[in-house]
Amino acid sequence: MTYAIEVEKLRKEFKSYSSRSGLIGAFRDLFTRNYKIIRAVDDISFKVKQGEMVGYIGENGAGKSTTIKMLTGILTPTSGKVIVNGMNPHKEREKFVQTIGVVFGQRSQLWWDIAVQESFRLLKKVYRVSDRDYKEHMEHVIETLDIGPLLDKPVRKLSLGQRMRCELAAALIHNPPLLFLDEPTIGLDVLVKLKIRQFLKEINEKYNTTILLTTHDMSDIEALCERVIMLDEGKIIYDGSLQKLKQNWGEGKQIQFQFRHEVTKEQLISLTNDLNVKWEAGEQSHSWIAHVRAQDMAEVIGKVVAAYEIKDINIRETSTEEIIRNIYEEGIVHG
Amino acid sequence: MAKYIEMIRIRFLMMLAYRTNYYSGILIYSINIGAYYFLWSAIYGGQSSIQGMSATQMTTYVAVAWMARAFYFNNIDREIAMEIKEGKVAIELIRPYSYLGMKMMQGLGEGIFRLFFFSVPGMVIVGLIFPLQLTTNLHTWGYFAISTLLSFMINSQLNLLAGVLTFFTLNGEGLLRAKRFVIDLLSGLILPISFYPEWAQQLMKYLPFQGISYIPSMIFTESFTNDEILQGLLFQAVWVIILVIPIQFLWRIAKRKLVIQGG
Repeated sequence: MTYAIEVEKLRKEFKSYSSRSGLIGAFRDLFTRNYKIIRAVDDISFKVKQGEMVGYIGENGAGKSTTIKMLTGILTPTSGKVIVNGMNPHKEREKFVQTIGVVFGQRSQLWWDIAVQESFRLLKKVYRVSDRDYKEHMEHVIETLDIGPLLDKPVRKLSLGQRMRCELAAALIHNPPLLFLDEPTIGLDVLVKLKIRQFLKEINEKYNTTILLTTHDMSDIEALCERVIMLDEGKIIYDGSLQKLKQNWGEGKQIQFQFRHEVTKEQLISLTNDLNVKWEAGEQSHSWIAHVRAQDMAEVIGKVVAAYEIKDINIRETSTEEIIRNIYEEGIVHG
Repeated sequence: MAKYIEMIRIRFLMMLAYRTNYYSGILIYSINIGAYYFLWSAIYGGQSSIQGMSATQMTTYVAVAWMARAFYFNNIDREIAMEIKEGKVAIELIRPYSYLGMKMMQGLGEGIFRLFFFSVPGMVIVGLIFPLQLTTNLHTWGYFAISTLLSFMINSQLNLLAGVLTFFTLNGEGLLRAKRFVIDLLSGLILPISFYPEWAQQLMKYLPFQGISYIPSMIFTESFTNDEILQGLLFQAVWVIILVIPIQFLWRIAKRKLVIQGG
């Protein structure tokens, strides 16, 4: 089995300068500067198989982007081993980048002032894609992403959603076996998001493209990735299937009751004291949320409905977002 | 190679998108040339020649020097500085090409654009207003073309060097301004090198700047003998090669030290 990405004890440290305060401090900064070493990525190791779709998640500043930059050969690691597509990204940069596609959601890689198709044409030359391959592959991409009508417009006239679809197409011109997506759906509306997800699934199935995705939008991960790698302060705190993460952390249900009249927490607790229920105030008045195990759900509802007058009931599963939030709050992943 | 040629084409297209900027540029250059023309007319007074150059040769020198500047001048130093500052250089590093080579080609695309939309119409306008002496000798035009291309390369390399230096300072505005001023002064754009004091001329033999403006302009005004022309071209070619070394050296360090700003 060959791996698309192999990372071992990867570390990246930055020197971070801090300014002294005041005028005198500024003068002193001219001569000597205070700095401390910040470890953005701290000895992480993981492997990704060809054809896998992996969600790489973490809070802002957790080290996601730094990892991606090392994997794409932009940054040199401080220490550790990186092998991507069988190559060392930094050493064989020009040969290596031929085998990857990258989309940075916050940064355009199309040329701002010229029509999209001119950018495509340049990239086609840059990646030395033959006319035949281009036609065969890109016609499909352009059609699926529905960007045909945008090709003759300059990039600066496109909306964010339109631009993002073009960016994605641009990253795929050379049909790379490995695709890095750094927050590709940031700021996009639901329809565009759905289209992009659909498209990513399709190329993954068709070409067995490996995809590493960072995002803050958990619905992206849920829709696309079976595996997630979770990062916190430069360390991997979870690496495994999304399913398992949900089972371990999100097995309970939430029931939201909207009462007609005021009910106190004490009343609710005494009502359900023989069951394992956690009560929490809802956002609206007279509304309470019960966190219960799935097997207790019917009994809790039965008791509450019998005792109080109810306007509305809502049952939800714990969302992935809440799971992630819980994990970050507690810091470690059990199991 | 095709990708580099494509880049020239793209840059040409980009310049075309903003072509109106250039018509005002012609006016500014014409005013500059006019100012120097009147200055030099006053300096010459009744004399027929100074330092072996006639007043007409001098006017031609000034006009050609400014119009050649339109070709060799580019803003790739500023672009590199900006791309570093905004972190866009990350995008450039995930492309299978040499970043600096691509920048050079963009400069060339810009230069070719200015040559057609700026220098040529500008020269026609200036030629109508001031007495110029445009040679009909094809050899001179040929040497001039080679020399201007080399001057483009020297100037662009200096731009690359200045741009890469901003990797280390992260805010290189002052550096770039100083570089621009030094080049305008020492390249012979404002004053031909032969007008500088002897010691300064000696010193400038060891600097690349006269290869940017002085040599091509002297060739064009036929102020150089054949020997001097060949020496001049050799001087330029040698500097093109020498400058590769510090650029590659600094670029290698810069890439290793690279900190992508802003995420």
